[in-house]
Amino acid sequence: MTAVDPTPVAAVRVPAAGLRHQVRAAAVVWQREMIRFGRDRSRIVSSLAQPVLFLFVLGTGLSSLIASSGDVDFRTFLFPGVLATSVLFTAAFSGISMVWDREFGFLREMLVAPVSTTAILTGKCLGGATVATLQSLIILALAPLVGVPYNLVMMVKLVGLLFLMAFMICALGLFLSARVKQVQSAMPLVQLTITPLMFLSGSLFPLSNLPGWLHVATTLNPMTYAVEPIRSVVFDHLDLSPAARATFDPGITWGGWQVPVPLQVAIVAATCLVLLGLAVARFARTE
Amino acid sequence: MENSAAAITIRGLVKRFKQVEAVAGIDLDVRPGETFGFLGPNGAGKSTTIKILCTLADATAGTATVAGFDVARERNQVRRHIGLVFQEPTLDAYLTAEQNLRFHGELYGVDRATAAQRRQEVLTMVDLWERRGDLVQTFSGGMRRRLEIARGLLHSPRVLFLDEPTIGLDPQTRASIWDYLKELHRRQEITVFVTTHYMDEAEHCDRIAIVDQGHIVALDTPAALKSGIGKDRVQITCDDDALAIEELAARFGLEAAVHEGAVTFAVAEGAAFVPQLFAGLAVAINSVTVTRPSLDDVFLAYTGKTIRDAEAARPMSPMAFAARGR
Repeated sequence: MTAVDPTPVAAVRVPAAGLRHQVRAAAVVWQREMIRFGRDRSRIVSSLAQPVLFLFVLGTGLSSLIASSGDVDFRTFLFPGVLATSVLFTAAFSGISMVWDREFGFLREMLVAPVSTTAILTGKCLGGATVATLQSLIILALAPLVGVPYNLVMMVKLVGLLFLMAFMICALGLFLSARVKQVQSAMPLVQLTITPLMFLSGSLFPLSNLPGWLHVATTLNPMTYAVEPIRSVVFDHLDLSPAARATFDPGITWGGWQVPVPLQVAIVAATCLVLLGLAVARFARTE
Repeated sequence: MENSAAAITIRGLVKRFKQVEAVAGIDLDVRPGETFGFLGPNGAGKSTTIKILCTLADATAGTATVAGFDVARERNQVRRHIGLVFQEPTLDAYLTAEQNLRFHGELYGVDRATAAQRRQEVLTMVDLWERRGDLVQTFSGGMRRRLEIARGLLHSPRVLFLDEPTIGLDPQTRASIWDYLKELHRRQEITVFVTTHYMDEAEHCDRIAIVDQGHIVALDTPAALKSGIGKDRVQITCDDDALAIEELAARFGLEAAVHEGAVTFAVAEGAAFVPQLFAGLAVAINSVTVTRPSLDDVFLAYTGKTIRDAEAARPMSPMAFAARGR
């Protein structure tokens, strides 16, 4: 700028928007989420309260009722569901946090940059998913307390599945946040969306022997396809009788056809892309 | 440079919101390297124009180019070559000053080695280099605005847009912001396009356009505009405004009107006129103020009202609502 640089206007050349530039933009949006997560330790503690209550209070309370039905501790059944639920909440809030970014103006800093909205929202989803997955590691560490063994292969699979689910929910949160102009309406909207997703996903009760209407509702809920692979991975590493497994982990059926786990994962992945695409379309329009 | 003829060209620009015509046909050329002031009351169409130039809003009709690129067809090219400082803050208060700049550099694809050097340069320029590691949360309003200016310059834009950069700041901080902008001009070739409704600030500009109700009503250097008026402004307070206006017209042939609660008129050699005023006017005069022509008078001469009157008469600009929605 000063005498050091005789041609200061050309000091920085902002390159044409290539893929590399888009990746850098997404990466820095991700990095911002990490920095903010690292700054806010209290968030980690408070986000743990709910899953721990679910697992040890609700789980213990209900296990006395259900104990007779087989050799599975209800808390063991609940463990994958609680993992999913905790990720659901964290990821949904990460997505909806875009409302705060709008309120404080930072959204505009992102949207006026010469990069695509897709890059920015992808970075945001990856950031939210990373945060949610990191938090779920703490619950994963509690596994032995509810009769789930430490197993490296199982853990790696679980982390991958949780990350994918978190991405999907974060994209949903972003999609919702595009229309929310007021911070006050963000929280009720999250509650309104998250609660049915949680209750209709089979995270808190087995999907076996459900009445027809409830069965239909659960098969339409994308969360169901995120929760079931997680439970399936956990149950693969438990020593169970086929009867107990059939009761507690019946899988998902479409008109009597058992949906294979890889297809469930594919459904979640596809939902991620659809929701992200919808969010991008909405944000591009509000610009 | 693709176009060294003009940094900004605007032709027949119109922006209509349902009933309101916020921009009603503007033509303008801004030269490279000049500081150009866009002046007018709130709701005159300044922010709407700047949003169109920055590719944040579409024009209803007309065309505009910035740094040689068409704002409607070459949006990303325009964005790459402009720096933006908005009215509303757009910093992340939970990041440090330097992290905000780092974020910006990555988002604009500035190469990393240059970006580090550039961060130091712009932060030093606005006197925030020592505070680079502090959270923006801890910054005062003036410091935040300086940081926004530094960030707007990080990617070496050809045109820096500042939308009311001094709004809501105390007079001392406002003055310091202008000092930084002058320093910027001394250091590098850059076009600055600034909107303001503080008439006194327009003195810092090379040229200004006075905008009223979506039209440019005057366009020249501040000195030329003021000398074009040629008269001083006299404001008197008295017991009977209506009678005073009547007598001024009858005895001196002066056209007076009530502005800002005082009978206001323009006359050559205002100070010398005051004794005649006391001698000739039957109304009891309580106070007299004589001012050399200012841009306020220029505004008054071209629009028939003072800028404060104009703002009081206009409820709210349509873009203010749109801006809130973002």
